[in-house]
Amino acid sequence: MENQRTILYDKHVALGAKIVPFGGFEMPVQYSSIKEEHRAVREAVGLFDVSHMGEVILEGESALESLQVLLTNDASKLEVGKAQYSLMCNESGGTVDDFLVYQLDVNKYMVIPNAANRERDRKWIEQHVRPGTTVTDVSDDYALLALQGPKAVDVLQSLTEVDVKSIDMFRFKADVEIAGAHAIVSRSGYTGEDGFEIYCDTKDAGTIWDALLETGQPEGILPCGLGARDTLRFEARLPLYGQEITETISPLEAKLGFAVKVNKDTDFIGKEALASEKENGPSRKLVGIEMLEKGIPRTDYPVYNQDEKRIGHITSGTQSPTLGKNLGLALVEADYAALGTEVIVGVRKRKLKASVVRTPFYKR
Amino acid sequence: MSKLFSKEHEWVDVLNDDIVRVGITDYAQQELGDIVFVENPEVDETVTANESMGTIESVKTVSEIYVPVSGVVVKINEELDDEPELVNTNPEDEGWLVEIKITDREGLTNLMNREEYQNFIENGGE
Repeated sequence: MENQRTILYDKHVALGAKIVPFGGFEMPVQYSSIKEEHRAVREAVGLFDVSHMGEVILEGESALESLQVLLTNDASKLEVGKAQYSLMCNESGGTVDDFLVYQLDVNKYMVIPNAANRERDRKWIEQHVRPGTTVTDVSDDYALLALQGPKAVDVLQSLTEVDVKSIDMFRFKADVEIAGAHAIVSRSGYTGEDGFEIYCDTKDAGTIWDALLETGQPEGILPCGLGARDTLRFEARLPLYGQEITETISPLEAKLGFAVKVNKDTDFIGKEALASEKENGPSRKLVGIEMLEKGIPRTDYPVYNQDEKRIGHITSGTQSPTLGKNLGLALVEADYAALGTEVIVGVRKRKLKASVVRTPFYKR
Repeated sequence: MSKLFSKEHEWVDVLNDDIVRVGITDYAQQELGDIVFVENPEVDETVTANESMGTIESVKTVSEIYVPVSGVVVKINEELDDEPELVNTNPEDEGWLVEIKITDREGLTNLMNREEYQNFIENGGE
């Protein structure tokens, strides 16, 4: 299947982006340098085109009940204007996808699937919703920009009359006029910094993108690609679907228990498995590791104990641009999850010492 | 003598009769992005043409370094231990990787001159 392009593709090319395939899209991986883009977001502000993410609307009088069946978090805690991180699991407690859920109106919600999971999620949702809920994939109607970093709030505020400063974390305003276009503005992101996610009509995306880049110039704004998005989310221990969570990794193993409410009123898919896992403690745990010998841990590298028995694998790893350390996230047998535990990482032909360390690696 | 280039985007600089210096090209470092770690072979290690002699890691990914000639490693660029980014900033000079005593000069005849290499990358470099 041919990869899709976001509406901003030509702008990325004009800005000198290197383009790579990701989740069925041709996406910018970097414009100048991953390290520079990473630093811009940590210290000032960066702008991402993440229009590859999906948008699916659930609407109808049973919409809330449908979400309660589909998702692990308690959607009854939502209200209009609020967003919530949630997970969709299978019967065995493995993860189908993770996403934000927005309550747009009474009986109307929007969920944001990962690009690669869009089709599969829509089918899964359609299969499991209660009668009286309609499911509409509106992904192709929306563009999504992420404005992230400590200066994001100033940059966005100078482009709109609406008070965006006062939007709390995980809250949104549905009709914000930015540079003459209308958008949903959410205080959220995937970088570990303050920032906003801006959902707009695809036809307005170019206008908003240009206005943000221009207005942000004095603050040192940089367009940022998926490369920096990955290193930023990694340092903040935000999970990437396909790595930290998969159909065979449960949210409890991935340290996402805060979004798994086994005691909510409605029985949800995977509840039985997750409740028993919660009671007994997961058999594997996601931990941070820091290399003690020279080498960089990468996805799927094996992790061993001191006797060189395999105890798990690396889910993500890089040299942290903020900390300059060679760090990884590893899914290991629970016995090896204690801080300070020494483990061994198979880095290609070599076996290198590493130690279990606290996560997130970076906290603002 | 001027530098020679391989299809794997390495350059070879013939220093004297049988010693060559090897590095990666500007095109290669641009493709890799921010380089954070260079894993060179050891001195005295034997390397074989078109096989991997080490790896270069960028923030994003790991790439093998394919050695363009056969021989024995006589010197490695130890500066790269502390400053791997030299490969980004100065790939054809301070960012060199290793020096090799070549055992087979024939290997050099398969390499491209700078003009041929330019044409090669303008045609996609693959």
